[in-house]
Amino acid sequence: MKDGTMSMDVDVGLIWLETHQMIKFTSSIKWEKSQKIMSNKFRLSSGGQINRTERISFKFNGKTFYGFKGDTLASALLANGVHLIGRSFKYHRPRGIFSSGAEETNALVQVIKDKGKTDPNIRATQIEIFEGFNAESQNCWPTVNFDLGAINNLFSPIIPAGFYYKTFMWPANLWGGYEHFIRKAAGLGKSPTENDPDIYDHKYYHCDVLIVGSGPAGLSAAKVAVKTGKKILLVDERPSFGGNLAFADEELSKINDLKPSEWIEETCTELQNNKNIKILNRTSVAAYHNYNYLIMMQNLSDHLSEKEKKGKIRQRLWKVRAKKVILATGSIERPMVFDCNDRPGIMLSSAVRKYINYYGVKCGNNVVIFTSNDDAYETAISLHNKGVKIEAIVDIREQSSGDLPKKCNELGIKILWKNTIIYTEGYKKINNVHVMKLSNNNSCIIGNKFKINCDLLCVSGGYTPAVHLFTQSGGKLTFNEGKYYFQPKTTSPNQISVGSCNGTFGLKKIIEETQTKTNEFLNLNHNDQSNITESKSGNFENIWLLPSDKVSGKTKPFVDYQNDTTANDIKLALREGYKSIEHVKRYTTTGMATDQGKIGNMHALGIVSEITNTKMGELGTTTFRPPYTPLTFGAVVGRNVKQFFDIVRKTPIHEWHEKNGAKFEDVGQWKRAWYYPNKNETMYEAVQRESKAARNGAGILDASTLGKIDIQGSDASEFLNRVYTNAWSKLAIGKCRYGLMLNDDGMVYDDGVTTRLGDNHYIMTTTTGGAASVMSKLEDFLQTEWPELNVYLTSVTDHFATVSVCGSHSKKILEKVVKNINFSNQNFPHMSFKEGLVDKIKCRVMRISFTGELSYEINVQSNYGQVVWEKCMEAGKEFKITPYGTEAMHLLRAEKGFIIAGQETDGTITPVDLQMDWIISKKKYDFIGKRSLYRSDTMRENRKQLVGLLTNDPKEILEEGAQIVEEVKSKPPMDMIGHVTSSYYSPNLNKSIALAVVKNGKKLKGKKLFVPMSDKTIEVTVSDTVFLDKEGDRLNA
Amino acid sequence: MRNKYSIFSLIKNSFTYHENWQRAWKDPEPKSFYDVVIVGGGGHGLATAYYLAKEHNLINIAVVEKGWIGGGNTGRNTTIIRSNYLWDASAGLYDHALKIWENLSQELNYNVMFSQRGVMNLAHNQHDVRELKRRTHANRLNGIDCLWLDTKQVKEFCPIINCSPNIRYPVMGSTLQKRAGTARHDAVAWGYARAADSMGVDIIQNCEVKGIKRKGDSIEGLETTKGFIKTSKIGVAAAGHSSVIANMAGLKLPIESKPLQALVSEPIKPIIDTVVMSNAVHAYVSQSDKGELVIGAGTDAYISYTQKGTHEIVEGTLNAILELYPIFSRLRMLRQWGGVVDICPDASPIISKTSIKGLYFNCGWGTGGFKATPGSGHLFAHTIAKNEPHGLNAAFNINRFVSGDLVDEHGAAAVAH
Repeated sequence: MKDGTMSMDVDVGLIWLETHQMIKFTSSIKWEKSQKIMSNKFRLSSGGQINRTERISFKFNGKTFYGFKGDTLASALLANGVHLIGRSFKYHRPRGIFSSGAEETNALVQVIKDKGKTDPNIRATQIEIFEGFNAESQNCWPTVNFDLGAINNLFSPIIPAGFYYKTFMWPANLWGGYEHFIRKAAGLGKSPTENDPDIYDHKYYHCDVLIVGSGPAGLSAAKVAVKTGKKILLVDERPSFGGNLAFADEELSKINDLKPSEWIEETCTELQNNKNIKILNRTSVAAYHNYNYLIMMQNLSDHLSEKEKKGKIRQRLWKVRAKKVILATGSIERPMVFDCNDRPGIMLSSAVRKYINYYGVKCGNNVVIFTSNDDAYETAISLHNKGVKIEAIVDIREQSSGDLPKKCNELGIKILWKNTIIYTEGYKKINNVHVMKLSNNNSCIIGNKFKINCDLLCVSGGYTPAVHLFTQSGGKLTFNEGKYYFQPKTTSPNQISVGSCNGTFGLKKIIEETQTKTNEFLNLNHNDQSNITESKSGNFENIWLLPSDKVSGKTKPFVDYQNDTTANDIKLALREGYKSIEHVKRYTTTGMATDQGKIGNMHALGIVSEITNTKMGELGTTTFRPPYTPLTFGAVVGRNVKQFFDIVRKTPIHEWHEKNGAKFEDVGQWKRAWYYPNKNETMYEAVQRESKAARNGAGILDASTLGKIDIQGSDASEFLNRVYTNAWSKLAIGKCRYGLMLNDDGMVYDDGVTTRLGDNHYIMTTTTGGAASVMSKLEDFLQTEWPELNVYLTSVTDHFATVSVCGSHSKKILEKVVKNINFSNQNFPHMSFKEGLVDKIKCRVMRISFTGELSYEINVQSNYGQVVWEKCMEAGKEFKITPYGTEAMHLLRAEKGFIIAGQETDGTITPVDLQMDWIISKKKYDFIGKRSLYRSDTMRENRKQLVGLLTNDPKEILEEGAQIVEEVKSKPPMDMIGHVTSSYYSPNLNKSIALAVVKNGKKLKGKKLFVPMSDKTIEVTVSDTVFLDKEGDRLNA
Repeated sequence: MRNKYSIFSLIKNSFTYHENWQRAWKDPEPKSFYDVVIVGGGGHGLATAYYLAKEHNLINIAVVEKGWIGGGNTGRNTTIIRSNYLWDASAGLYDHALKIWENLSQELNYNVMFSQRGVMNLAHNQHDVRELKRRTHANRLNGIDCLWLDTKQVKEFCPIINCSPNIRYPVMGSTLQKRAGTARHDAVAWGYARAADSMGVDIIQNCEVKGIKRKGDSIEGLETTKGFIKTSKIGVAAAGHSSVIANMAGLKLPIESKPLQALVSEPIKPIIDTVVMSNAVHAYVSQSDKGELVIGAGTDAYISYTQKGTHEIVEGTLNAILELYPIFSRLRMLRQWGGVVDICPDASPIISKTSIKGLYFNCGWGTGGFKATPGSGHLFAHTIAKNEPHGLNAAFNINRFVSGDLVDEHGAAAVAH
């Protein structure tokens, strides 16, 4: 009880701090405005690889700062002494810059350009500044200095991991309200609210060897690989090359007597002189798919000012297929997990080294280093040599046999062996650390606590190989018990890992191993002796969770900084039975932040392993999913950002339709002329006019979109027998026949007219939407079920234009247009075909009808389509030929009771249901779907069957899709016995007509049924499906 | 008795630094005999065990899971919950589930975060309009809430949708089911597990079924990696691996398994307050409470048991997303993953007895099983306990593939379920 109260006190203190800051903030506004440009007081006067001649001014949180070309936002802010960048996700704790690269978890900012060009969640450690750069802190309100969300800190004792599963359940209907506030509090940055003006691009690339990473391993591998003379691609996510070697201490290691940066420069120059290698910077491999297929994102202009980037592509997605892949992805430094290890001013040791050596920025003036290994000593030496005071090095080890600790000793740097940091102080910036001695077995702390004042704490918990891409490719890991990390074990023969991503550390070892392995991998024998000077490294010790002097419940040892997951949360999850590592992850959200656990995952695993007493190797890891770092949606989509990439198919006559004011509808990928409104005409009026004209005079329709499949081969007739429900063997050459195609389950799938052009030659038509799937289905059957048939299918949909002319005058029009065919009924009856000439254009004319009128279809090579159409229009002028669109066509066929596959049918309708029993051959041995037609349910008499419907009020038009009932109830549910499939006002019959499928419909003719709409009920009577010209006289009119 | 979760228990436990919370479920070793063994510790399996214990007075029940509970499609889906299905049988089934969802957090005393933020299904062509209106009418007459929105209303309800008539497939309207929404998928598995466990159900993780022992037409037990378990009733809820289990009993299921993918963006502040699905261009999106855009992609074109998919599917989906929501192009994909979905020829599930006495299957949910979890478990429990289907799942029997009495939901379900 008492402890609980005390911990509350601390948090009240934090709130006080926030308030205090607010007062300071308000009073400082004026001052800030006048003080326009801040000084670079943490920038060393020389050194580093930034371009000091190019000064850049930029804004952060409204204040203007300056930095240099080559700075990241992080390095430039640190140069100005700014550490506080953002607030954490849950507790809104102040957070600073933690790392120097892609693993950054704290320092996320909103980059601001304008509404359509703002980028949330950008890592300050990766984004390069340019003149005019502007960014803001996110997830805080009103400001990062004073953030009301920090009130959450006060409640932190009652909101541990998974608290939301345990509360917000009362009252039951209030979750929506709670959720509203939870959602507002959650999220990080803000989405753009307007369209993105930038351009994205794609590139496909094939190479012999892809090398990922340009550290000492990647560069060494490239040096060997270029000797093959084959096509090599080397990529690195950073703007410059060299990996972590690029910011190594200049004095401590040498390669062939060159300083690290000199060696990198020399190597890059040497590589660039080879024509067979392409080297890309700012290019991150996002995903590694099967068979060495890698997705990479290249940043081309995010580092440029608006002026410089004008007209340039923002990002390019590379799709690379590599014969061989060399992974040299390096390793990521780990933090240390102890109470309050998250304050601004606590940074990874390697990052601090990078800032001082590469950017010439000191991250603090009084530094404590906290380490478990020798690598942090290099940071200490770099800092010391550049005049930064090292207050102490706190090392959890008993001692080290390495050279660097010895050197630090010589430099007079205080080393506290076998000590640990147990706590840090400072709200928005660290100001001291609490240190205690570790017991022999590291399980607890002993002796007296003492404080060391500092403004920077560098932490180093060792390195974890970056095996993300390796495991994405299917590689298996093994846990290295001595070194506390997972490393590659087995993978495909066309891939190797080299350098620290393979668990190899130490410059000499990395370079030598890489040379040997690359030679072996590429079947070479090229050895380039390098003379490497480096410091001998000592042992490494590891403690996943450092001991504390407090009850663990009172501590906040962060594991996942961004999501505010502490070691206590992990313990709570385990205590509550969430034992699988995946459960721990999902319950505590550790590893689910935007860094996807790059910083904290190993500690989470380590803590679980310790508490559950399970070996790390048996525990396994959570799955590394692509992408390695977040991948811009725009880059994934490339040039198609502005519009969905699906081809627009236009008929050869499209231009004419456009010119004549047609409205179009999308049918599959096609644009089809829907109707042709005259001036001021509504769609309804246009369709009525077109339908009337087609029946009473002459109509013309562009039917080019219907699928056309050319079928040839000695078994073509047998093939059709198996594909369609009716018989085809006896169809005479020159005749056409309508066919229905079924699914395996006996349901209608597609329909169309097929014409026999020769002994072994047919042309099949399909529905517009079904063309592609019918073609692939038929190919599928041919190749897998009936390989014995000698049949060849060719899709010729795009090869022909089809002009359909109908109406009583159609014969006269055709006679004018196609001069060499005798159009007499005797010579050219319904359902037959003739070849003819339109001037010199060869054409196929079919006398078939979907409107019930006398009707001809002229098929010509597609590029003549428009000419033939225009000739028909010209010839039809005297008969007032009227172009009609798909809507009128649908109306006309409905008057005749003809079905549209996909409208009257929906995958549940058999030919018998359509009252088309006549089309099922009883004699044929088999056809697709035959067996299913004889199943108990398909044979059922009271299935839904196609009927006609007439509304009692002939003016009332039913809505397509409306449901039909026998009995209207005062409220739902009501028994639905069917639905309206097609419905129109027929101008030729002067009444409303509809087709419907109705349960037991065949027996209901004359019966009254009801269509209950939301506002009224419509009475209907079941009728025949054929509303007009039952005898079919008009076909020969 | 298990402690109840509430704000008061959170406060109370804060004084002891949360060190006294009970386990949400035990992790027992299997006993040698159970009355019923459920194979598959996903939402469906755990819910089945829960309702067997709660409503059918069966206590001696085990759920065996080859990995960790909720690790299959329960933890991989895009958490959409709706019941606006076309056919009576489906509407009955999914609305039964939706009604249970509405009180599930309270029933389980575990907040599953069921968020009734509405689900829209967009129409992009005349055919879509006709089919979606048909569904709206059917829903209305089945007593299921469903509205039809025209393009203007679509824009009002979800302003970030690109309703320009000049895009490749313009938005021509939409259905809207307001009672529909999303839930927290992991919580569903954990909540059912905790509630079932507290009634005595044994939840056995890391226990893979290796064989089914039969005696004639009856079940004798299961061979597992944790030894033989004797039982006379086995309920299988193994999603993508249902066919594998069926094969062990000598059964063949009419199921194809394919990888289905999904992805999330980095978290952002609220930008979309509903769930929008589009079958025609194949893109659906919602925003998690954490702020990530949750985007469903399609299935790979071929059959496979791999839980990852190809890049090209993701590209196609994002392409459609960026046409409908062009403001999203600067957002970034944080994570992509896949799950193995079990698809029946009619896109409807199987909750059924089989020709083997004591062997029951709950599978074939394809791309849309999450939404049905509570209803599915409830009805499957009934079917197992009574050895006959509940009225609401009678239509989803396995014999329909012989008789032809299918519940064809391809129109309503397609891939985006």
